[in-house]
Amino acid sequence: MLKLIIIFVMLGIMYPQVMQAEELPADPPVITIKAGRFYFSPQQIKLKRGMPVALEIEATDRLHGFSVPELGLRVDADVGRKGRLTFTPEKSGRFIFMCDVFCGSGHEEMAGEMVVE
Amino acid sequence: MKSGIDRREFLRLAGIGGAVFASGLGFDAVAAERRGGAARKLSDFYFVQLSDTHWGFNNPTINPDAAHVLPKAIDAINHLSRQPDFIMFTGDLTHSTDDAELRRRRMHEFKQQVEALSVKDIKFIPGEHDASLDNGAAFQEIFGATYYYFRHKGVHFFALDNVSDPTAQLGQTQLDWLAGELAELHRSANIVVFAHRPLFDLYPQWDWYTKDGKAVLDLLSPFQHVAVFYGHIHQQHYFETGYIKHFAANSLIFPLPVPGSAPKKVPIPWNAAKPYAGLGFRNVHSRQARHAYELLENTIV
Repeated sequence: MLKLIIIFVMLGIMYPQVMQAEELPADPPVITIKAGRFYFSPQQIKLKRGMPVALEIEATDRLHGFSVPELGLRVDADVGRKGRLTFTPEKSGRFIFMCDVFCGSGHEEMAGEMVVE
Repeated sequence: MKSGIDRREFLRLAGIGGAVFASGLGFDAVAAERRGGAARKLSDFYFVQLSDTHWGFNNPTINPDAAHVLPKAIDAINHLSRQPDFIMFTGDLTHSTDDAELRRRRMHEFKQQVEALSVKDIKFIPGEHDASLDNGAAFQEIFGATYYYFRHKGVHFFALDNVSDPTAQLGQTQLDWLAGELAELHRSANIVVFAHRPLFDLYPQWDWYTKDGKAVLDLLSPFQHVAVFYGHIHQQHYFETGYIKHFAANSLIFPLPVPGSAPKKVPIPWNAAKPYAGLGFRNVHSRQARHAYELLENTIV
């Protein structure tokens, strides 16, 4: 019984907060986010919990990273090479997204917010 | 000449035993070094850690005295009654610029400044502001290797580079080098690691982590006496991962908020009522008789 409980708890801990791409419909709605030194536009995106979505990150000037550490999501985006993340948010809340590829003085403030309702 | 150090605070701290924090590193008075080597007696020493000087930073609302904090700190160190064995700068020596020529000029200016230190054994590692835009090229030209090993009085020091890769990782080449060096050491060896960014996931939402930091900690985890001294977060912070103790240092340019305490990670503006608040450097003393390290946090006045 003890073993069973432990396995159950571990599954609970490891259950993903987003569903990965292979489980998603082929054409979810797309939100485009521009990434440039030192901003994301829009700075805030609103998503519906349980609704599949694709984020396309469009770099305007150089390589940037788009990372949502709390959801384990990240992708690179370079000029002429969009980054794409397709997922279903499974957890409500406010999550910081940020550039995680150092891009100059101002990089530290290159961040935004993902709101899942 | 005024030393630039808050002597009252220093003496007050000394009066309560000299320790802001005794890490309990558990240094043995006699310790074996490399595998197969003879036991060697360890002796007391201390070094100074400075971090995040950001030479070239220019924003008077954040720090109206930016050009003078480093010289004040240097003067303060030169006035310490006993001089440290060596001095370590843990990255972000200069403030980032896209202009490669200006980057080098700032580095040369910084180097010229620190030549005023009485202690001539000065060591450097890069921060992302120094190295991430050119993969460490200018840093290597002016300061030398971005990661290296040295030994001092029986303690094994590893200076790591987790910034020359702009994605904030050491990379496999450096990890292999570290693994090879550590393989030579006894599990009881006394190890000190210097890095710019935290090696554990301090607050990834603010980019306060190292992408392959876990691989470094896995390599260090078999050792019982490990301390990591780092910068990047512009404030003191203490954390343990297993036997490994992690100590973040104050900056010499501006403080940053406590992780997660503010909506955004932005510098704390200058407070005219408390100038230089949150800025400083530290003395790191090894106390063999007490089997501990002591950190003395020095403020600038």
